[in-house]
Amino acid sequence: MTELNAQQLTENLAKDLKSYISEHKIVDPIFIGIQTGGVWIANQLQALLENKDKLGVLDITFYRDDFSRVGIQPTVKPSKLPLSVDNKHIILIDDVLHTGRTIRAALNEIFDYGRPASVTLVVLVQRNGKELPIQPDVVAKTLTLEVTQHIKLRGPNPLELEIIDQK
Amino acid sequence: MMRHFLQIDGHSTEELCHILDTAESFTSVDDRAVKKVPLLRGKTIVNLFFEPSTRTRTTFELAAKRLSADVLNINIATSATTKGESLLDTLFNLEAMNSDMFIVRHPESGAAEFMSNYVAPHVSIINAGDGRHAHPTQAMLDMFTIRKYAKDFSKIKVAIVGDILHSRVARSQIEALNLLGAREVRVIAPRTLLPANISQLGVEVFQTCKEGLRDVDVIIMLRLQKERMQGGFLPSEHEYFQLYGLTSERLAFAKPDAIVMHPGPINRGVEISSEVADGPQSVILQQVEYGIAVRMAILSIAMGSHDKSDRDI
Repeated sequence: MTELNAQQLTENLAKDLKSYISEHKIVDPIFIGIQTGGVWIANQLQALLENKDKLGVLDITFYRDDFSRVGIQPTVKPSKLPLSVDNKHIILIDDVLHTGRTIRAALNEIFDYGRPASVTLVVLVQRNGKELPIQPDVVAKTLTLEVTQHIKLRGPNPLELEIIDQK
Repeated sequence: MMRHFLQIDGHSTEELCHILDTAESFTSVDDRAVKKVPLLRGKTIVNLFFEPSTRTRTTFELAAKRLSADVLNINIATSATTKGESLLDTLFNLEAMNSDMFIVRHPESGAAEFMSNYVAPHVSIINAGDGRHAHPTQAMLDMFTIRKYAKDFSKIKVAIVGDILHSRVARSQIEALNLLGAREVRVIAPRTLLPANISQLGVEVFQTCKEGLRDVDVIIMLRLQKERMQGGFLPSEHEYFQLYGLTSERLAFAKPDAIVMHPGPINRGVEISSEVADGPQSVILQQVEYGIAVRMAILSIAMGSHDKSDRDI
């Protein structure tokens, strides 16, 4: 199996994000991490890019499309976004992009806080299995996995990526 | 999991904590431009009130609306339909309109549980107060308020003051406090306003405020239920205030940072003085505010559970 060094990947992601931000002339971006892995990555990206703003945190539990199947999970944490996202450039960060449903839920939640100027999607790993038309803008690693395989980020210190086979 | 929420008794400490934690997440919904989450979109919730209520009914309605559910409010006069059969008829008619949940307040103890035995498997019943029996959502919002201010249940002494006999709120509070591991639960009341089985409820009984309020962290005042007072339980309201009304002087027996709670509606000058009710230690209005988030948590956990059990069938 491919060697996955989460720490190294996060550093690469920070570099790519930095050039993306300057290339697209994004001013005063707001970093938002999706619970739980996305928050870990977002914290590291902020540290690496020397961004001292308060990180926005999203818990998308209340926006999931599978609520009627799974109910409320005991791990739900409050979302904490800056007071207004109106006309702000958002850097939305998650650990793994798989079906795209989490990002769909996160976008819906962000829009209940206001109308951002733009949203840039940043993920550590993108894998196959997309079910919605959602692409990352900045991504450190793209993987092709078997249907039975899952990728999981452990953390926050140190960050470790693990591929779990449920065959 | 919990498809119905009928009483505190029978739930585990974990379930109560899950409700409190979920409620904590819902408090952030108030901070945003759109004060709504789409969790219960497309669900129909019926507020079925056989007894008058303002706070409970409106906070349930707001909670349901903030979860994006459709809400129907039905108020039925106290005098009508207290017999089993007509109650069920009402229920089945509303169920036929594809309702997903009933929030029930009823003057008879056990009404909500009775209804839960007859509803379809995809329908939840939430008890919004039944007779003298239970008012579990009020107890949970009180626990949420206590946890906000006092943090750790294992360190706090709580005194519940007043008409314990007629109070469904007190009964549910005592059960919840004991499940959550409160260090000490006291009740302070004249003997005529204590239920016969009080010693089995896991509380210390006091007859005077001076002893009972000493060093407590939380004081919960109960409303003197004038409408249930025909039996000569008390000489007069005035005398009650003289003996049990919470005044600044009595409040001084408690810890300096003790909080004062009341489930409302308050009778000023009967069980609590205006000075205390409006004073810095009063968290009575915070209780109302937290009631929305706590009820959102209970509605969504119950709704999430019954859909799940459907899938399992």
